[in-house]
Amino acid sequence: MSDIADRVKKIVVEHLGVEEGKVVENASFIDDLGADSLDTVELVMAFEEEFGIEIPDDAAETIQTFGDATKFITEAS
Amino acid sequence: MAKKIMEGKRGLIMGVANDKSIAWGIAKACAEHGAELGLTYMGDAFKKRVEPLGAELGVTQLIDCDVSDPDSIDAAFAQIEREWGKLDFLVHAIGFSDKNELRGRYVDTSPENFRMTMDVSVYSFTAVAQRAEKLMTDGGSMLTLTYYGAEQVMPHYNVMGVAKAALEASVKYLAEDLGKDNIRVNAISAGPIKTLAASGIGDFRYIMKWNELNSPLRRNVTQDEVGKSAVYLLSDLGSGVTGENLHVDAGYHIVGMKAVDAPDIDAVSGRK
Repeated sequence: MSDIADRVKKIVVEHLGVEEGKVVENASFIDDLGADSLDTVELVMAFEEEFGIEIPDDAAETIQTFGDATKFITEAS
Repeated sequence: MAKKIMEGKRGLIMGVANDKSIAWGIAKACAEHGAELGLTYMGDAFKKRVEPLGAELGVTQLIDCDVSDPDSIDAAFAQIEREWGKLDFLVHAIGFSDKNELRGRYVDTSPENFRMTMDVSVYSFTAVAQRAEKLMTDGGSMLTLTYYGAEQVMPHYNVMGVAKAALEASVKYLAEDLGKDNIRVNAISAGPIKTLAASGIGDFRYIMKWNELNSPLRRNVTQDEVGKSAVYLLSDLGSGVTGENLHVDAGYHIVGMKAVDAPDIDAVSGRK
């Protein structure tokens, strides 16, 4: 697993308080990992801070799964 | 050991959403200086965020309060009256607008969002001041948060700028009304800080970068710095100050144009 995926996973695990094993490629933040709509905003803010990137609103709306997040961040950084 | 500045004071802080909130910076600073605190939150989504934060500071009152509902405000202050009997200070850090109208043109603001924004972001301060006044029997201090977008046009701030201008005007009228009872009313105009609320404002990263490059201190401010200034206004250190709008913005509000040494922002931010 790439360094980016590891860092994204760490943020998700810490923020949502879920087991690392549940954070898989297709895991949906809301449907599988118990996030509410505020969590998704907070996750995006945490990704921006960790990776020093900007995630615009329209892009943030497409980031629904762990895989979406790593893909977007890999392309942006 | 010397008595802490806010020891013996009890205050209600409205508007902590999470650990990035400016209100959280204020809460931490007040607790550090000895104050006993109550926090309000709105609904269960915020409760799960605010509860653990409150526990960190030994908060004694944790109250669900929706400032758009008069009964909810009454219930919150009834709890404060029942538990504390009186109140020494109040922090109002609440604002809301449809984020789709915090980009693009102000002129396109809808009447529904205009009224809602004014109600939640402006009237709510007056509404809580009405209740808090009755509990500030030994005098008190009220504080709200505003932004420079009330005084000058800022990109995307739109209806929220109009609301903050009204909020700043209401600080002055409240200061006059309540001053006779030794209740002070002030505002802090904080520079841009990355909070949950700010995430709804278009191009916010650009705004932060611009402030960092062009403010006299050549940086942005932190939640903790707003907290320290809030302690001044909420404690007896600020006993002679009311109706004031204190800019905690690294000095940005005195600047007339881009700093000559500030680099081209597109090159710096990577923004196209």
